[in-house]
Amino acid sequence: MSFYETLRHFADSYALVGMLILFVVLCAWPFRPGAKQRNHEAATLIFEGQDDGE
Amino acid sequence: MTDPVVEETVKGHKRLERNITLLAIGTFVTVAIGGLVQITPLFYLENTIEEVEGVRPYSPLEQAGRDIYIREGCYVCHSQMVRPFRDEVERYGPYSLAAESMYDHPFQWGSKRTGPDLARVGGRYSDEWHVQHLEDPQSVVPESVMPQYGFLKETELDIGDPAATLTALRRVGVPYSDEDIEKAEADMLAQANPELDPGDLAERYPKTQIRDFDGNPAKLTEMDALIAYLQMLGTLVDFESAAPYEELAEEKGR
Amino acid sequence: MQAETALGRVGLWFLVMLVAMAAALGAADSGFAAHAWIIAALGFVMIWMSASRFDPMGKAQGFFKMPDGPSRYDDDPIRWGVIATMFWGLAGLLAGVFIAAQLAFPQLNIEPWFNFGRVRPLHTSAVIFAFGGNALLATSFYVVQRTCRTQLAFPTLARFVFWGYQLFIVLAATGYLLGITQSKEYAEPEWYVDLWLTIVWVAYFIVFVGTLAKRKEPHIYVANWFYLAFIVTVAMLHIVNNLAMPVSLLGAKSYSAFAGVQDALTQWWYGHNAVGFFLTAGFLAMMYYFVPKQAERPVYSYRLSIIHFWSLIFLYIWAGPHHLHYTALPDWAQTLGMVFSIMLWMPSWGGMINGLMTLNGAWDKVRTDPIIRMMVMALAFYGMSTFEGPMLSIKSVNSLSHYTDWTIGHVHSGALGWNGLITFACVYFLVPRLWKRERMYSLRMINWHFWLATIGIVFYAASMWVAGIMQGLMWREYGPDGYLVWSFADSVSAMFPMYVIRAVGGLLYLSGAIIMSYNIWMTLAGKQREEAPLKDAAYDPEKDRPIVTQPSAVPAE
Repeated sequence: MSFYETLRHFADSYALVGMLILFVVLCAWPFRPGAKQRNHEAATLIFEGQDDGE
Repeated sequence: MTDPVVEETVKGHKRLERNITLLAIGTFVTVAIGGLVQITPLFYLENTIEEVEGVRPYSPLEQAGRDIYIREGCYVCHSQMVRPFRDEVERYGPYSLAAESMYDHPFQWGSKRTGPDLARVGGRYSDEWHVQHLEDPQSVVPESVMPQYGFLKETELDIGDPAATLTALRRVGVPYSDEDIEKAEADMLAQANPELDPGDLAERYPKTQIRDFDGNPAKLTEMDALIAYLQMLGTLVDFESAAPYEELAEEKGR
Repeated sequence: MQAETALGRVGLWFLVMLVAMAAALGAADSGFAAHAWIIAALGFVMIWMSASRFDPMGKAQGFFKMPDGPSRYDDDPIRWGVIATMFWGLAGLLAGVFIAAQLAFPQLNIEPWFNFGRVRPLHTSAVIFAFGGNALLATSFYVVQRTCRTQLAFPTLARFVFWGYQLFIVLAATGYLLGITQSKEYAEPEWYVDLWLTIVWVAYFIVFVGTLAKRKEPHIYVANWFYLAFIVTVAMLHIVNNLAMPVSLLGAKSYSAFAGVQDALTQWWYGHNAVGFFLTAGFLAMMYYFVPKQAERPVYSYRLSIIHFWSLIFLYIWAGPHHLHYTALPDWAQTLGMVFSIMLWMPSWGGMINGLMTLNGAWDKVRTDPIIRMMVMALAFYGMSTFEGPMLSIKSVNSLSHYTDWTIGHVHSGALGWNGLITFACVYFLVPRLWKRERMYSLRMINWHFWLATIGIVFYAASMWVAGIMQGLMWREYGPDGYLVWSFADSVSAMFPMYVIRAVGGLLYLSGAIIMSYNIWMTLAGKQREEAPLKDAAYDPEKDRPIVTQPSAVPAE
């Protein structure tokens, strides 16, 4: 097998699975339970202080 | 919950989200990957550009014409890229090869065909046709929506410093020889004026067309330069012989 | 201003003027000379102003309106930005209507300065970089201060960013008409204008990041991530794509560092991500702040916005090669571009859904609040064009659509629908707040603007779809005799009615923007139009009661 084919074989098997797992983990990460409170805080911070500098 | 400081340092996205440096670096790395993977290989993969017999740098007059083509925004409406489809090949000529634009700084492939493709317009029409068409497109093609470019015939070509132009192009990789640069101005004048001695212009730039282009030999105009450029487009590679496509067929990974 | 400072400033501007005049006199070409004269004139105006500003009392309160203390947000650059947005918006839309009319009626070309080939880059740069760019500058400075609860860092630099950017726009626009261009679409300005923009952009980055760094909030709100990605990525794209070798240091002309295939891919890596990061990431930042604010509800899912952000910025950058399908670009790069373009559909719609669902529970506002309606329509057009884009990037579809007006229609459903409407909505949100007015001069005029814009886009996009598909089919049609049926000129004459409809659509859109300018003008003048409020059927609680029989005892008088 040539160097290209070896790499190609790796890319089509383990590397592909690895990337899929990485993708799923990254997508699931923000949904972990611990983040709920923090996300809520961040989402509502724009409503604090409505005085617009007055 | 444990020590809040410890907690803060271990939680991944929380840190990222609160640390501006990390966020900036993370963003930069994320957006850099795509470009690196796509663009870098084009510079070292051999089969990106298979050299093809006949392709050469532009002569000084052709380059001046090309600068006018760019200045007037011709690329906005005309592509220079024949795609490998039956109708395009029949309409415009053999499909474009990467090598044909290897000395094009910048490329002129275009993105829109409000007018027809010009990759192989060279030699299709007479010089007189081009002059009349550029002066008043509708007089030749009644359906045309092209603007008029009569001023090109009136405007004397600002020769500037052709040697500096060729030097700048050599710095970005176009293989002009010292002789080419030295003779740049003489070459430019001689190409559009049959009265002058062209010297070895045709040897250094094979297939150069040496004649007066705009019908007014007394004056070197922008029209001369532009038509010299248009008349050489797509004429350098000899598609009558099968060689260019055979070389292409042997390439891998296209 | 202190005496030494005033003298120093005058001296500095005098130096700028002298250098510019020297450059103008020694210039290698007339275009470069014209630009040098513009700089010299600017230097002269600044000398004049610095000298007339010599006023010890007016220190820090001068022309550039430095903030008086830390207890107020620094809003002056934002006010200027809003006005600049409207000014350049009108100019860019007008240029667009003009070139649309030129395509239908070529007699409108005025050689050499107002030929289509020179005005078209003027139109694209004016709407993308002048209108869109000023909207991004103004909103990013507004949002970053509010979400960080702190004043803008480096106020002097912020003012330099604003005025430096306007200078970039003037140089770019005048350059196109004079014929100064490097022909890279959406990156047409020549090397020295590019260098100037790089300086301005670095200053912009410093101001933005500096403000984030001194924030009083623990979180960096998601809108700021999008702004940051926009600033960082545009810097990267701009610098790489504009690498060029000038012919002379006193001349406008330069030659791209790349050639042929490499140049094409670099350009469309830039070009597509000008769309992806200038017109998408930056405007999504506006969406993530102003839609929740106007709806008075937090964003639908903050978690979705995290995924949206990282997937969008990762995927977008790969999509460039879909502009080069079936060209001499290697096949592997084309396929890669197509695959990523199709994947891009998912984060795009994730963002759209996140924006639209923010209105969950407040959908009635679409009926009563024309600003919300404009935002919803903007998101709807964002969804449409980000569906159309991946579809057009499929190679077999692209073989028909490429080089045709379908692409133009696609771009405008995004630009007019998404970028235009979301910008207008944000400006309507900002104007009363920035100028301390209770509300806009007229809500009913916003409603008119909404409908004119929407109908204009429909005319525009529909005519260009028909035009593009017709072109694509005519170019490839074979007759039973085995010959091509149509000459190229036939396809051009078939475009005429479509080009007219498109120009009408553009005119409607422009008229909406003119109404908006009037509305803003009157709001700034402190007026409020007396008009029936925008709501549903009238209701008078006094009349909402049963008829009681009239007491008969009342005598007739």
